[in-house]
Order: sequence, then structure tokens, then C-alpha cells
Amino acid sequence: MIEIRIHGRGGQGAVTAAELLAIAVGFKGKSSQSFPYFGVERRGAPVQAYCRIDDKPIRVHQNVYTPDYIVVLDPTLIDSIDVCEGLKKEGTVIVNTHLSSEQCKKKLKSKQVGEVYTVDATSIALEKIGKPIVNTAMLGAFVNLVDWVDSQCLEKAVNEFFDDKNMADKNIAAFKGCCEIVKV
Amino acid sequence: MVKTLEGSHAIADMIVNCEADVLACYPITPSTHIAEKLQKYYADGKIPEYITVEQEFSAISALAGASATGARTFTTTSSQGVALMHEVLYAVAGMRLPIVMCVANRSLNSPLGIWCDHQDIIPERDSGWIILMCESNQEAVDTLPQAYKLAESLLLPVMVCIDGFYLTHAVEQIDVPSKEIVQKFLPKFKPEFKLDTNNPITLGIYSTPQYLQDFREDLANDVDNAREPIKKTEEEFSKIINRNYGNGLIENYKCDDAERIIIAMSSFCGNVKEAIDELRDKGEKVGLLRIKSYRPFPYKDVQEILKNKKHVGVFDRATTLGGHPPLYTDVLAAIYDSDQKVPISSFIGGLGGKDVTVETAKNIFEDLKENKIKRKFV
Repeated sequence: MIEIRIHGRGGQGAVTAAELLAIAVGFKGKSSQSFPYFGVERRGAPVQAYCRIDDKPIRVHQNVYTPDYIVVLDPTLIDSIDVCEGLKKEGTVIVNTHLSSEQCKKKLKSKQVGEVYTVDATSIALEKIGKPIVNTAMLGAFVNLVDWVDSQCLEKAVNEFFDDKNMADKNIAAFKGCCEIVKV
Repeated sequence: MVKTLEGSHAIADMIVNCEADVLACYPITPSTHIAEKLQKYYADGKIPEYITVEQEFSAISALAGASATGARTFTTTSSQGVALMHEVLYAVAGMRLPIVMCVANRSLNSPLGIWCDHQDIIPERDSGWIILMCESNQEAVDTLPQAYKLAESLLLPVMVCIDGFYLTHAVEQIDVPSKEIVQKFLPKFKPEFKLDTNNPITLGIYSTPQYLQDFREDLANDVDNAREPIKKTEEEFSKIINRNYGNGLIENYKCDDAERIIIAMSSFCGNVKEAIDELRDKGEKVGLLRIKSYRPFPYKDVQEILKNKKHVGVFDRATTLGGHPPLYTDVLAAIYDSDQKVPISSFIGGLGGKDVTVETAKNIFEDLKENKIKRKFV
């Protein structure tokens, strides 16, 4: 089973990011599960969302404690909490920040991390969506790091999720914008 | 068709497929997404009537009226919402109104919390509602048509319970049986007696001491006698959808040759199953007895399964202050009634959303290795 933990602040779309990932993986015929861990339901408060992926049906319903991947939507979170807590050895971290991955790695509270990737998703979200909602942009960066989901499935998930076609298009533009930047 | 969607939305879809006529929901976390989606479906014309209410007491009262006219009804709530309905829940059962309600289980104040435990339904345990506890969203979706069939044939209200957040907010692969499939199984609701201006009758009457106990005795017998219909309904629907959840009252997961057993309800059971498979790989004989029908309680099945077991741990996600916890009490009663004497320990956990995990289940099984009876919070 692969487990992903997404850190964000209320309003940045961490919960939606996990949901989009689960929907996209569902299109691949695999099992997936996403769910949020709300602290308090208000904009700006730290939020975690989880996603699980497996080849067989998923029957556990519990928080994710030892993720394989960590996605950080808000750069200020790495200063205030240990976003890497419980990360598996060789686990991957991807952070929305203008810093380089080396600079970011130095700032992380936990030193035992595998690969650290960074992308300035906020700039791309502002350009493509007009708002600093970075979830779809970050998924664009994330999709290049893994082989169990692809851009087509994620685009399909975004189209299914947003009733508003204009909103879906803007999010897909943000998604593609980050896809092009982060290449492994 | 299997789709990846949120549990709450799957439940709303199923309510449309069950062709509910009248809804009245007052949103409260974590049941809100069910109500929200159903409101959208009402706006889209998929639901005939959705009554706007100002709180949960009104929601269930509105449904009592609607159900009495012969409408198929639904509401959903959690926590304080269930507590606010309390008075009417008893009345609805006494009036034999077949209302179906989905409770997204959440703790009761105080302290105020929005997360999962089962405390909210414990005060309703004795109300006369059938209470079905689901492990997964798929099970909840498959249980709802059965709930209507049971409610309308037995004239008893039914609660279908799912763990708040763990299920309501989980997005996963769920197959919502179509309206056509449901129609094959669930006949139209045609009550023998209903409120009708052309043929006036009185419902919810006043009763003198001469008669009241007879009413209560009938109700008690009918809830008791619901066990067989629950089993039959589960069997019938499982043949249509090719999925089953035990015998409708309980699920026996690897109990037959097990020495140590956990008894639990709802979503924690998935984590227990995961723990059992890991421990069995190491040669440990462990099993899970999942209680699906909390009311009526499956005393006989519990007695059967616990025969010759070495140690049983009952996991309660609720407390009875000043007494033994609720599920534990029921299991003790079941065993006292049988010739088997099995050591039974009590574990209370997962209150107010405290995460109970695969690890928690393994620790309970470890505790059960000792013969000494334990009563503890985990």
C-alpha cells in the first residue's frame, strides 16, 4: 500500500488534492481512499489530508502515520511543524516554495528524508487561476514523481470534480504549468 | 457501476435510488455532506419534497407527520442532532412509523468535539429503532434499501449508522446499486393505515394504564422478532448485488478456530481484520465478531461464536458512566444466558475521534493473551 499525506492550510485545497488523487487512481482500476483530518474548520488553520493506494481493496480507516510521500502546499508550514514526521525511509517530499530543494531540505525539521523536490506552485496558481489555491498545481508537480497515476487520469479527475468548466480549465492549466517544471 | 466518490455522496445517491418522497435534514458535522448533496438533488428535481427545518427536533417531527401520511422518508444527523431528536425518536417507534435515518456517529458534548465515537446513539438504544452499524461505505449503501424494506414491512424505524469522518468524508470506490436494481428488491410503500382526510384515523394516541403496557409489550416483541427478517433481507439483497456482510446481524471474521476474539462495531472492524491477517501469518489464532445489528442485539449468534474461546475483548467506542460500557454489557448478558463461561474483557477507545488503528487492535489481542479479565481505556 502506498500512503500520501498532504499538508496545507484551510482554503488551499489539501482535502481536494487528496480527493482528486483518489479519483484519478480509481480511473486506473486500482483501489484508493482519501480523507481529511480537520483541525478546526477555518481558513488558514493547518489541515492534513490523506490518500491510500493499493492493488487490493482498502479496508483500513485510520490516519496515515508512515507516509511514502509528503506534499506540502504551504511553505510556512515547514517552519512551524515537522511535516516529515513518520515519513518512510527513502520517502519523498515535495514542497511548494520558491526555495531550491537544497535550501528547503536544510529548513525541514526532520533530517531523515529521501528526495526533496520544490516548485513555486503559488506563482503558477496566481498566473493560471488568479488565486493562491495551489492544490492542482502541486498535483501537476507530484504526478511526475510517481508511476501509479498519470496526467490523463488527473485531468479527467479535475474535469469530473469541477462542475464549472471555466474553473476546471484554469485548474488544468495550473496542473500542466507545474507538470512542465518538475521533471524527474 | 463502481465509482470513486465520497461516502456521504454515495449515501445521498442511494436515497434517490430508494425513491424517498419526503426529506427533512438539519445539517450538522459530520453528516452535513449527506444533507447538502440531498438538497442539491431536491433542487435538481430528483427528490419530491425537502422540508426546510430550523433544528433536528423539527426534522424528525416533520418526518413523523410525512411518514404517517404514507410517504417514504429520510433524515440524517449526528451527535447533538441525535440528542435533540431524542424525545421524538421514542415517539416515532411507538407510533410505528417506518422512518429511515442515517446517523454519522460523533461524540456528545462535553467537551465539544466534531469527531467520531458512538456515544450519540447510546441514549437511543432503548427507543425501539432498529440500529444497524456499518463497517464501510459500501455496506452502508447496500444496507439502506434493506433498511426501507425492514422498516416498511415491520413498521419499525431504522437507523443506519456510519462512523463520522472515517466514512462520511472518505472518498473511495463505491458501487451504488441503480434505481432499477433497488426497485426489484424494494416494493412501493403502501401502509395499511395512514393519515387520510377521507378516512380519518388517530395516530400517537393517549393511553391509560389499562393499555399502555400492552402497546410496549407488542413493540418489544416486534423489535425482538426483527432478527429473522433482518437475516432474510440481507440474504435476499446479497444475492442481487453479489456482496454480503455476514448474516445481517453479525459478521464472523475468522472466529471458527480462533482462541482470542475482538467484538466491535463499525469502521474500526476493518482495522481489526487487517491486524488479524497479520497475526494469523505469525500463527496466532485470532478473530473478529462484528456486531452489525446493535438493536435488536444478536444474543444467540454471540453465544454460538464465543463457545470454547479462551478470551474475548469487547471494544466500545462509547461509555456508560457509572456502569459497564454498552456493548460490553450486552455481551456479558449474552454469555450469562448460556452454559459457556468465557473470560470477557472490556476496552473503551476511539472516543471523540481518538484514532483506533491496526496497532490498537494488535495491542488488544496482546492483552487477551493473559487470562486475567481487564477493563481499560485504550
